[in-house]
Amino acid sequence: MTVPIEVSGSETQADPEAVLAGLDRKAIEGRSLSQIAWLRLRRDKVALAGGGVVVLLILVAVFEPFLVSWFGHPPNEFHQNLVDPNLGGRPLYGIGHSGISRHFLLGVEPVNGRDLFSRVLHGAQISLLIAFLSTLISVLIGTVLGTVAGYFGGWVDSLIARTMDVFLAFPLLLFAIALAGVVQGKAFGLQGDTLRIVLLIFIIGFFNWAYIGRIIRGQTLTLREREFVDAARAMGARPAYVLFREILPNLIAPILVYSTLLIPTNILFEAALSYLGVGLEEKTATWGSMLAHAAPDYALDLEFVLVPGLAIFITVMAFNLFGDGLRDALDPRAR
Amino acid sequence: MRNVAYLLAAGGMLAVSLAACGGSGGTSSGSPASSFNAAVNGVVNVSTKTGGIVKYANSGDWDDMDPGDTYYAYTWNFDRLFARTLVTFGDTPQTATTLVPDLATNLGTPSKDLKTWTYTLRPGVKFEDGTPVTSKDVKYAVERSMDSTTFPNGPTYFAQVLDAKGYAGPYKDKTPLKAIDTPNDSTIVFHLAAPFAEFDYLAMLPDTAPVPQAKDTGANYKSHVISTGPYMFQGNYTPGKDFTLVKNPNWSQSTDSVRHQYADQIQVQINAAAPDIDNRLLAGTLGVDITGSGVLPATQAKILLDSKLKQYTDDALTTRLWMSAISPTVAPFDNIHCRKAVEYATDKTAMQTAFGGQLGGDIATTLLPPSIPGYTKFDDYPVGPAGHGDLTMAKQELTACGKPNGFTTTIIARAERPKEVAAALAWQQGLAQIGIKTDIKKFPQGDYFKLYAGNKAAVKKNGYGLMMYGWGADWNDGYGDLSQIVDPRAIHGVGDTNLGVTDPAVSALIDKALQTTDTSARNTIWGQVDKMVMDEAIYVPFLNAKGLYYRPPNLKNVWVNPAFNGQYDYLSISAN
Repeated sequence: MTVPIEVSGSETQADPEAVLAGLDRKAIEGRSLSQIAWLRLRRDKVALAGGGVVVLLILVAVFEPFLVSWFGHPPNEFHQNLVDPNLGGRPLYGIGHSGISRHFLLGVEPVNGRDLFSRVLHGAQISLLIAFLSTLISVLIGTVLGTVAGYFGGWVDSLIARTMDVFLAFPLLLFAIALAGVVQGKAFGLQGDTLRIVLLIFIIGFFNWAYIGRIIRGQTLTLREREFVDAARAMGARPAYVLFREILPNLIAPILVYSTLLIPTNILFEAALSYLGVGLEEKTATWGSMLAHAAPDYALDLEFVLVPGLAIFITVMAFNLFGDGLRDALDPRAR
Repeated sequence: MRNVAYLLAAGGMLAVSLAACGGSGGTSSGSPASSFNAAVNGVVNVSTKTGGIVKYANSGDWDDMDPGDTYYAYTWNFDRLFARTLVTFGDTPQTATTLVPDLATNLGTPSKDLKTWTYTLRPGVKFEDGTPVTSKDVKYAVERSMDSTTFPNGPTYFAQVLDAKGYAGPYKDKTPLKAIDTPNDSTIVFHLAAPFAEFDYLAMLPDTAPVPQAKDTGANYKSHVISTGPYMFQGNYTPGKDFTLVKNPNWSQSTDSVRHQYADQIQVQINAAAPDIDNRLLAGTLGVDITGSGVLPATQAKILLDSKLKQYTDDALTTRLWMSAISPTVAPFDNIHCRKAVEYATDKTAMQTAFGGQLGGDIATTLLPPSIPGYTKFDDYPVGPAGHGDLTMAKQELTACGKPNGFTTTIIARAERPKEVAAALAWQQGLAQIGIKTDIKKFPQGDYFKLYAGNKAAVKKNGYGLMMYGWGADWNDGYGDLSQIVDPRAIHGVGDTNLGVTDPAVSALIDKALQTTDTSARNTIWGQVDKMVMDEAIYVPFLNAKGLYYRPPNLKNVWVNPAFNGQYDYLSISAN
């Protein structure tokens, strides 16, 4: 039995019943917590829509090369015959001089005439890659250190908690800008965009673990005093068993919820870094760098600002809605 | 007005090969009809009426308000309102690039060997407090400007040219400077280390604006520069704060042949937002964008689509050259064939588009712009009829260099200049056509020459093979334009403006020009210097810049001054 609800008495068991009141009474029997959560999530249309968009985004990012070759042009190909250099590089054609046409689904960028459709897709791939991997790093470090600190307490806890304080007080943005400036050209056997992507994932992931670490530590502190943990200990379970079999399963909900909320934060952070020009190479399309390039030209071609802006907005919103719904579904005390 | 002068230049230039379409009727009431480029061809809204306020706005701030420590084209242009120099430029479009005496009665009288230059001061010129200006005040001003620790911004010509090796300025060096004599209060004599036929241009520099020693407070003198011109500071100037110039009661028209005192006041706003400057110009509530970098691209599009607005604009050719440099110290560019491959593969048309198309400038093939005497038309590395690069020649050179499949290198550019970065991107695309892969790195323009492009060790160590660059003439002449970018003696290792020319033959040719008194013979030599440097394939000139300027209809006496990079002439502009 790994789920506390089922081992910790009849009062907690009553909760899911209340939620399911009105459904067929037979359905109450034998449902696990995850089944209940899924049932709740299914009824939350907003969260489902968010989840749907997230899945779609992931598919788009994965199949980006195919989509670009079918519906677009290489993201770095210039089409200067489509812009009027004398009018500040404004696209010549399309509604409101956006450059939108059958061949350029989202129009072209002013001045260089690169395909916005291909660029925003390429940006999705990079944004999601960086956001997912950096979130994974944060969550891994945060969970391990958070549970260790919460479970063992004493000097271990003091040491880890103070380290967290240091990381929380860290001026991450400034550090990221400085590090991106210091690491030039080649390092660690990598170069170009590969190096910069790895660097961004490391910076964003490694310096964000303290937030989730704190939450996990707090949860672990309360969990380790619970009866089922006492029972396990009383039966002679070793700390590793208690940590992995008794405590960790109960942390799945906060970890999942926090991850879905951390991903959009990381997308925004990556966009901010690219906007400030410390992201990837100049030519590489990311949503942040597209926004940075669009900012001075907004009056020429508003669509140039809207495309990457909306991409960031929709993605962050979708993740947040989904994360929010997930939290409600996983929290037995909600509703 | 070297490179740093163009702070926002990139942002603003546009261009157009618009047929100069005249004011096509429909002028709104109260606004006089005008025409496109009217201020390039003559003076617009001529008026000798007094009164009114001329309003300027600056998107940044002065490098230094002290005339002895400034190196921007616009500051040299504006400082003439309160700082008179020994020699200056003429006050009409026809005489704009002609030197005329200002504090002096005549241009300099050289000795036969061109190593001694004598000037006589005009009688009756006074400081704003009524004290007469003497030759000692001019000498003191030049001496203090040679202290490059206290005054790091200004040009260093006097330190290079005067016979005063190692002189550190009057604050540290208590031994009087022997290279400048003042036999009496109205005579000043300069002794040079080597013959220098163009010394009158140095007498034009703001460094020669007199400074009364009793009022000098070193680096703090900028808070209240003692005026000799028609306007003086109201109260004190504080860096970053707006300031106002008012009429100087001790300036007299009879002693001055180029200045006037029409406007009552001149107000300058500091650190104004660039888009706001454009909007206020169009609304007529601001007179001039002082940095003279031209309107922003979005404003350009708005103006050009509206003939009512377009009639109040000028698209003037400047002496500013947008170019790139190839570092001969970075492999494989130590091989001239690899440099030539880059020259041929450069997509100059795409780079021109990045700078605003034909309105942003004309494609360049030489270091000297056509507006500078001595300009000789030649093209060492033609880039094909459409300007997208001559790939056949480029590949040939690449093979000759031993890298037939291309190589990888770095392009560096100034981060704050969107047009320069866009041009770097266009360059990257062009070079990729022959397999030269590049990575663009952006650095802050404030450190660009100190730490990056102009730092010899950093270029070599970090492999900055290709560097975006821009240059404007200090004055409109071969020496004023070329010396700081091609003379190997201008390389000091840090803060260099010569990004790689080391051939001593170039120095020898420059010296030959400086010893030539005949102007046309000298100008021919400047053309030869240009060719000699281009043959080495170190610079890739791509655009002779233009700037699109808007002059509100209510501004008077407006004309484009080619001596100051095609900005409006700030000495003439009045408000009534």
